Amino acid sequence: MEQVIESEPSAPVVLHVSPGPHVHSRSLSTRRMMLDVLIALAPVLVAAIAVFRLYALMQVGICVASCLAFEWLFAAMRGRRAALDDGSAAVTGVILGLSLPWSAPWYVALIGGMTAIGLGKACFGGLGQNIFNPAMVGRAFVMMSFPAMGAKAYIGSAFDVVSQATPLSAAKTHTAFADLWVLFIGNHNGSLGEVSAVACLVGGIYLCVRRTASWEIPVAAILSVALFGGIGNLMYPANAWTVAHHLLSGALLFGAFYIATDPVSSPLTPPGKWIFGAALGGLVVLIRVFTNYPEGVMFAVLIMNAVVPLINRWTIPTPVGGPWKPAKK
Amino acid sequence: MSSSTVSAIPGKGTFRRGVHPPEGKQYAANCPIEILPPPAQVVLPLLQHTGAPCQPTVKMKEKVALGQQIANADAFVSAPIHASISGVVQKDSVTTLPNARHVKTLPIVAEGEQLSGQALWDDLYGGDWSLKDLESRDPKAIVSAVREAGIVGQGGAAFPTHVKLVRNPAKPIDVILVNGCECEPYLTADYRLMLEAPQPILAGALLAAHAAGARQIYIAIEDNKPQAIEKLSQAAEGTGVQVAVLHTKYPMGGEKQTILALLGRTVPTGGLPLDVGVVVMNVATAAAVARAVLRGKPLTHRVVTVSGAGIARPANLLTPIGVSYRELIDHCGGFRSRTARAVAGGPMMGQALGDLDAPVTKGTSGITVLTEEDVRAAQETACVRCGRCVDVCPLNLVPTKLALASRAEDWDLCRKYHLMACMECGCCAYVCPAGIPLAQLIRTGKAKLPR
Repeated sequence: MEQVIESEPSAPVVLHVSPGPHVHSRSLSTRRMMLDVLIALAPVLVAAIAVFRLYALMQVGICVASCLAFEWLFAAMRGRRAALDDGSAAVTGVILGLSLPWSAPWYVALIGGMTAIGLGKACFGGLGQNIFNPAMVGRAFVMMSFPAMGAKAYIGSAFDVVSQATPLSAAKTHTAFADLWVLFIGNHNGSLGEVSAVACLVGGIYLCVRRTASWEIPVAAILSVALFGGIGNLMYPANAWTVAHHLLSGALLFGAFYIATDPVSSPLTPPGKWIFGAALGGLVVLIRVFTNYPEGVMFAVLIMNAVVPLINRWTIPTPVGGPWKPAKK
Repeated sequence: MSSSTVSAIPGKGTFRRGVHPPEGKQYAANCPIEILPPPAQVVLPLLQHTGAPCQPTVKMKEKVALGQQIANADAFVSAPIHASISGVVQKDSVTTLPNARHVKTLPIVAEGEQLSGQALWDDLYGGDWSLKDLESRDPKAIVSAVREAGIVGQGGAAFPTHVKLVRNPAKPIDVILVNGCECEPYLTADYRLMLEAPQPILAGALLAAHAAGARQIYIAIEDNKPQAIEKLSQAAEGTGVQVAVLHTKYPMGGEKQTILALLGRTVPTGGLPLDVGVVVMNVATAAAVARAVLRGKPLTHRVVTVSGAGIARPANLLTPIGVSYRELIDHCGGFRSRTARAVAGGPMMGQALGDLDAPVTKGTSGITVLTEEDVRAAQETACVRCGRCVDVCPLNLVPTKLALASRAEDWDLCRKYHLMACMECGCCAYVCPAGIPLAQLIRTGKAKLPR
């Protein structure tokens, strides 16, 4: 049997030896995941710009610039090249920016970015090593350093919405209860990212569909807030702050979809994610109802971040076929 | 697939998690098995299986005929080795197999007339394979014929087949599962054998079932091979052998996954299929069993797929065991210009070839020749604990923890996360967005774990 062998001009072929597997799925990279988060944040950013105009854009812009600059600086201080192109610092910046009120002065955003990257991430060893969500570390730092920042939000504004108290703080002082439809659509005051529930849902669902965020965490958190808020409802039926208000107001949806799902600072396995999300929701209601803070998402996330190693330890999955036991001798 | 022998199965037809790498079967799936011209020399490693190495039973300069035993061992878990060409035994030497094992070898230089072409095919797989009256044979005689023929699993692990077929009253076998899943991308050797030699596969399955005392016989095929399903269903009509169609998913061909998908039984961690009453054998192994028992012929040849974008002319070659990888690659027209890696086996679990002069063994299922484009891997970055590896691990492990704990040599953590349960299928490293060589780190960890 005569066979025509189609051969290419003999080029020197260099064979590489490397451990298997020899092919890799290229559908996903760390960079692509970060890009997904940025895409998912777009509707939230648009809603914020619609309500707060250029203030929103400026706030987020300063935070992103600050995070990138400090990422570079802290890496340089350790004698390393910063991986700015992996997008993780930009994600931290956008989330930090969206978690600040429109009125926070520029230096608050700058310091927030520095703390988020420096204290939140670099000092643990950089990407993947941090225990806490970097954006929340930055936000907690500026919240405590500049307590007046929030209050300033309610005075001297050109727009109607921004001269209101935030729905949660208004409820805290028993002055007003927001209209649910307004909460859902987003025409109210608050941190940039918390104004529109619908924008958070759209972006959040995109994240879950792309499986960049684990759906278990937001679902568990929302169900848990619904449960505990519902119990509160049943105990105090006269209170006009209903479970629906709990779900739609404040940073709950933003936090559940964008912050709590940060893979670095959340558990690895599905059961762990359920525990994490449920406990997070419980803490949010607890903080909102029983403390002086009107909003509880940030502290709830930070507390739960600290518990993640423990949750991981509790939820080591059993292999198919049962636990491995060393052979008896 | 209208045939009645495509059967309802007790399992779900699939297992949880796993991955879907590009199949790559298009290169060689339609290439009929081609018979390699007899080589001038073969180099036969004395350890081609899991178990004890063999000792030569022939002397240097001795003339041997095709199929003559040249090495054997007394150990039960071992398999003798036979001359795969007629010729003269040379001085023993040492070679390094792709799995990095240094093994003693006996080279044989061809001399005299060689069985080749159609005559070789007829001797191996052609002719008449009676599927009747196989039950009249003595089970013990089947087992010893399999042992004498040096048959080992041809799916990759190369475990001596006779060991699995011995009846053990403490662990009775009720199912023989002939594995035609071939879930590794690119490989098509089993597929072609199912199309071209269904009769010996069925005969081997029936004989193995009789030897082990099994009542049920399944041939498992993934649903991306409709022609093989059709062919075997027709051939199996009236034999009692059932063809089971499983979902196409990697690593469906891993025996624990096949058993779970087909039978709904879970092999215990650290256990064997026989713990759940099952014997799994590859389709090529089944054909070899038939040949050993019905024709008294040893395992001397096998089908090897040479495939991938880097080879000039992909093919499925019927080759004598002991022929060098280089010879097969040359026969297929050599490498294309952008070739970057040649792998013994498939791209998921195969081993990159460092030495093309190494010989093909009983467990070699193929050579996958990959281009720079195919093997381009992401530069390793930090683990962001995205959990993708957890989502795909067929054994429900936490690969990132195992890999990083192995790298840090934190053996306590490794044990807590069930390091030794890993079967190294490579799904985790395949999906890792950070390009971390998870499978390799875990493999190293398993080797280094203090016992």
